[in-house]
Amino acid sequence: MDLNHSDDTLAAASVPNTAKILIAGGFGVGKTTLVGSISEIRPLRTEEPLSERSVGVDSTRGVSAKTTTTVAMDFGRISFQSQLVLYLFGTPGQERFWFMWDDLAIGAIGAVVIADTRRVADCFAAIDYFERNGTPFIIAVNCFDGAPRFEADDIRIALTLQPEVPVVMCDARERDSVKKVLVSLVRYVMNSRSQPNQVSIG
Amino acid sequence: MTSHDGHGERWLDQEAGPVVRLYALTKGRTLPNGGASFGLIDVVVATGERPSEHFRLGPEHRRILGICRRPIPIVDLTSEIDLPLGVVRVLLGDLTGEGLIKVISAQRQPVPDQSLLRMVLNGLESL
Repeated sequence: MDLNHSDDTLAAASVPNTAKILIAGGFGVGKTTLVGSISEIRPLRTEEPLSERSVGVDSTRGVSAKTTTTVAMDFGRISFQSQLVLYLFGTPGQERFWFMWDDLAIGAIGAVVIADTRRVADCFAAIDYFERNGTPFIIAVNCFDGAPRFEADDIRIALTLQPEVPVVMCDARERDSVKKVLVSLVRYVMNSRSQPNQVSIG
Repeated sequence: MTSHDGHGERWLDQEAGPVVRLYALTKGRTLPNGGASFGLIDVVVATGERPSEHFRLGPEHRRILGICRRPIPIVDLTSEIDLPLGVVRVLLGDLTGEGLIKVISAQRQPVPDQSLLRMVLNGLESL
């Protein structure tokens, strides 16, 4: 029977396991560089709701039903031998792309928030989002040439982080460095899961 | 390409945009029928069934079915087919509604389990 045949084919075909990690941080902080250091970059077209602001730019006269416009973003893909594919999604920096974050965050292992010591405030928005959303995250300080070096504890204070949130130094251009960042995130998530939930109320 | 001919800028070829407005492909729909949700890393595959007589397969439906002969995550399908994610989701909704496509591995909600985390950790460490 056709039906049985198609089920057999399906069972024989290998179904990849998939997982995703978000890469967040302010504009120009090295999100794309980090993703490109360790993974194959692929294009993705998505759409953006037309806001009041963009209505003036994209003439919508006569097309009242048009509520979105398409935008391009990239994602990274790492294929492992064990039928596992890990996706890295750089969260769009501009505030008009906030709508995409929920789509990206759902089901994610966690997030890496990249910080630049010259403008740490740029990553507050991402930290706020992940804290509210309950997405586990770590801070990766991208050590730019010429940027002031700080101890992890100074950065923790500057960002008013919870004590358990890891802060790691990295060079987004270096594959090994990026690998360590991702390993830190996955270990952090595994450890925080295996311990009883210490949810602070209030 | 753009050219200047004294009458301002003209858009030519791909710069002029698609011949068919994207959401014309979905008959104006921006959400899938039946309220199906398709996560970015959900894996879909063609079932090999035939469409019912009343269902008219569009060229984009056919392209999706072709790519989905093997299991593929939706984000890769979207990248390969070069249509916006929302459009792909609407078309996938049509195809799952007809039983031509099924979601075989949904992303873990709300969060991945320990065995998947262990696989990811092992994978990363072996890079």
